[in-house]
Amino acid sequence: MTFQDATGSQNNLGRYRPPLFVWLPASLVALLVLLPPVYLGVRTFTAYEAAWDLLANTRTLAIVGRSLLLVILVTAVSAVLGVSLAWLTVRTDLPLRRVFAVATALPLVIPSYVFALLVVVALGPRGMLQGWLEPLGVDRLPEIFGLPGAVLSLSLLSYPYVLLPVRAALHGVDPAMEEAARGLGRGAMATFATVTLPLIRPAVVAGGLLAALYTLSDFGAVSLLRYQTFTWAIFIQYQTAFDRTAAAGLSLTLVGLALSLVVLESRTRGRAVHYRVTPGMVRRRIPISLGRWRWPALLYVATVCGVALLAPLGILLFWVVRGVSAGEPLALLWSNTLSSVTVSLGAAALAALAGMPIAVLVVRFPSQVASALSRLTFVGFALPGVAVALAFVFFATAVLPIVYQTALLLLLAYLVLFLPASVGAIESSLRQLSPRLEEAARGLGRTPAQAFRSVTAPLLMRGILAGAALVFLLVMKELPATLILSPLGFQTLATSVWGAASEAFFARAAMPALMLVLTASVPMAFLVTREGR
Amino acid sequence: MHLNDLARLLRLRRALFAHPLLLIGIVLLSLSAVGCGADDDALVVYSGRSETLVQPVMDQFEDLTGIEVKVKYGATAELAATLLEEGDGTPADVFFAQDPGGLGAVEGMLSPLPAELIGGVPGWARSPSGLWVGVSGRARVLVYNPDRLSPTELPDDIWDLTDPKWKGRLGWAPTNGSFLTMVTGMRMLWGEEKTRGWIEGIVANDPRTYPKNTPQVQAVADGEIDIGMPNHYYLYRFLAEHGEDFSARNYHTPAGGPGALVMVAGAGVLRESDNKEAAERFIDFLLSAVAQQYFAGQTFEYPLVEGVKTNRLLTPLDEINQPTIPLASLSDLSGTTDLLRSAGALP
Repeated sequence: MTFQDATGSQNNLGRYRPPLFVWLPASLVALLVLLPPVYLGVRTFTAYEAAWDLLANTRTLAIVGRSLLLVILVTAVSAVLGVSLAWLTVRTDLPLRRVFAVATALPLVIPSYVFALLVVVALGPRGMLQGWLEPLGVDRLPEIFGLPGAVLSLSLLSYPYVLLPVRAALHGVDPAMEEAARGLGRGAMATFATVTLPLIRPAVVAGGLLAALYTLSDFGAVSLLRYQTFTWAIFIQYQTAFDRTAAAGLSLTLVGLALSLVVLESRTRGRAVHYRVTPGMVRRRIPISLGRWRWPALLYVATVCGVALLAPLGILLFWVVRGVSAGEPLALLWSNTLSSVTVSLGAAALAALAGMPIAVLVVRFPSQVASALSRLTFVGFALPGVAVALAFVFFATAVLPIVYQTALLLLLAYLVLFLPASVGAIESSLRQLSPRLEEAARGLGRTPAQAFRSVTAPLLMRGILAGAALVFLLVMKELPATLILSPLGFQTLATSVWGAASEAFFARAAMPALMLVLTASVPMAFLVTREGR
Repeated sequence: MHLNDLARLLRLRRALFAHPLLLIGIVLLSLSAVGCGADDDALVVYSGRSETLVQPVMDQFEDLTGIEVKVKYGATAELAATLLEEGDGTPADVFFAQDPGGLGAVEGMLSPLPAELIGGVPGWARSPSGLWVGVSGRARVLVYNPDRLSPTELPDDIWDLTDPKWKGRLGWAPTNGSFLTMVTGMRMLWGEEKTRGWIEGIVANDPRTYPKNTPQVQAVADGEIDIGMPNHYYLYRFLAEHGEDFSARNYHTPAGGPGALVMVAGAGVLRESDNKEAAERFIDFLLSAVAQQYFAGQTFEYPLVEGVKTNRLLTPLDEINQPTIPLASLSDLSGTTDLLRSAGALP
């Protein structure tokens, strides 16, 4: 076991140039992620005066402030929920923890516009909850619109971004470290605070960054819950004035905002490097006994699952039943499900492929260029899907019309949108692996490529799968890029939900929404049941 | 088999999951499973109207003519932006938009339709140069909660909503395309100053702002607001799903003016279309009795050609005090958004 600081020479490979199989794919990906900002630049600077007027507007500044407030609150709540739920479901003897391990991750797959719609229906001033409380004399519920509703919805939708990497990190932590602390007389809480938390801190911060950027880019929830953010303002430009210039100017500003968050993340992640040389776990971990906290902990986890997952599913099911009893045909939408799964799988595999070289570059060959590249990958994640999609429309029709409206272009757009989810998971797995392993393989005469394939890649499995699963889920619910870039006639579950819900046909929207969540739970269950091995 | 070989085989299988070749295989499989695009003969329609509403019309057209139709569904504004980015490289043959604003935004990319094709549609509902034609009518209305208000308490004119007695009781969707078109009409009918006065008056009444019309109608039924300003047809969809006790009803302002504007969803043919004949047949079909009957019966819109009956649930078009301005003149959307912005209704 090694435990040392990055200020020491942690990496003997650092003096080598990155091999071709790392830098070539990494540069291709870099070109791809640069497309949206370049497009936005082109659009903005063709009429920069108008864009500048809009930006200098005091109202715009207020909107930036509101966005940041929302981002801070959502990230904080997500971190608390994500870390506590991960710890409870990985480390303790919580009852039904396998079930909860899957269930707590699933809210991620609910599209934000669906979740927000359900929040309004359930918790609106005269919503379902008010209806149940009416006999008790509750005439009106407190206002859900604005900041409270937006924080509630986005926190419940984005805590899985923290939960998933923290789960993986908790599994990767060598139990010997915590046992040593316990052996030295620390209590369970003190051990968690002084040993476990520092070890999982990079995962918490990386997950928090994804939650923050997701919040920044969300339009569905904030528009329905009427909290005016930056992305909302961007959409308004597209929607009201068909004004691509103003929208592009605002989007570029959003890129700047996102990059500052990314830099902030790398500053707060901490410099310490922790890894073990022994790849596998030496022996099984003994779950921490919750003792008398067992039932309160169960209540807590069940409440989160209830509010974030069961309640939305319940309302959707209620809509389906009401629709069917009113004569609505029960369509199971197998072909849409198949389409969703197909593109999501393809995008997940592509993101794993593209994520590996970038993660290797960043972790094993650290340099200015490498860290700039890894920061750039976050741009697409923070931008509204429309802006990324229009960038692809612009470049594809002008430069490579043959790929326009093909699945290839769609997968590439998904890659730009969701790459950080994959890179982040692979990166944190790689940071837990000692470079000594690859050095040993090199010492035994393997080429860098062989060493990566035979030693590193198999040990990175957990990270690669976790990243791929996350991308799969994100693509399942992606809407704006799917609508704009998909091949003609291509329909996914997400597009069906949107098509029906936007016209107030809730019964018809409920079925694809349910199928979306159910389909997505399959890879999630696979991931969770495998991750401990 | 030697034990070491077995161990190696097992390790190999584990490694396989992350093997680049396997991942490339999955990507290729996914690409081939989705397939690509339409064949060249297919008619390509960009539809800002949702699948739920218009797919049956597309299917009927296919059955009738044998022409394959490939549709890209999306929001009208986003499809218009997509068309503008595509420019001359657009694969689209027809743009079917929710509102005249979307069609106006891409007018420079449309080709004129033959007069005999669109002659049956009244002049106010189509572009004078024939670049696009209205397909179905949609009336601006006030939607109110009948449990809280009776029609006699409702204003004669949309101007009266600026009265302070409506403070905290109104809802609107100022980013909605139809709303913006109504305000453009208001500028034509009332002039800039009075329109600014109306917007400021509404803003002073502290309206609830909705992202679109649907939640506005829902909010009226929930008693969250007393009056909303949507298009007429949303109500009927709620009534169909929730039944008659859904607490919202439509109201057409009797004094007419911009509050009684009737707008259209419409379509145009792209100049760069290589399939113009099929595209024009499609427009012809949208204006046929069959399709018009569908819009009247199923989507609760107003048919725009002679001889097709309006849904009996709706107030007939000739009983609405509709202002006489051609919709094509309502194209100055940026003037409207500038005004809304400076009057504090938009960011």
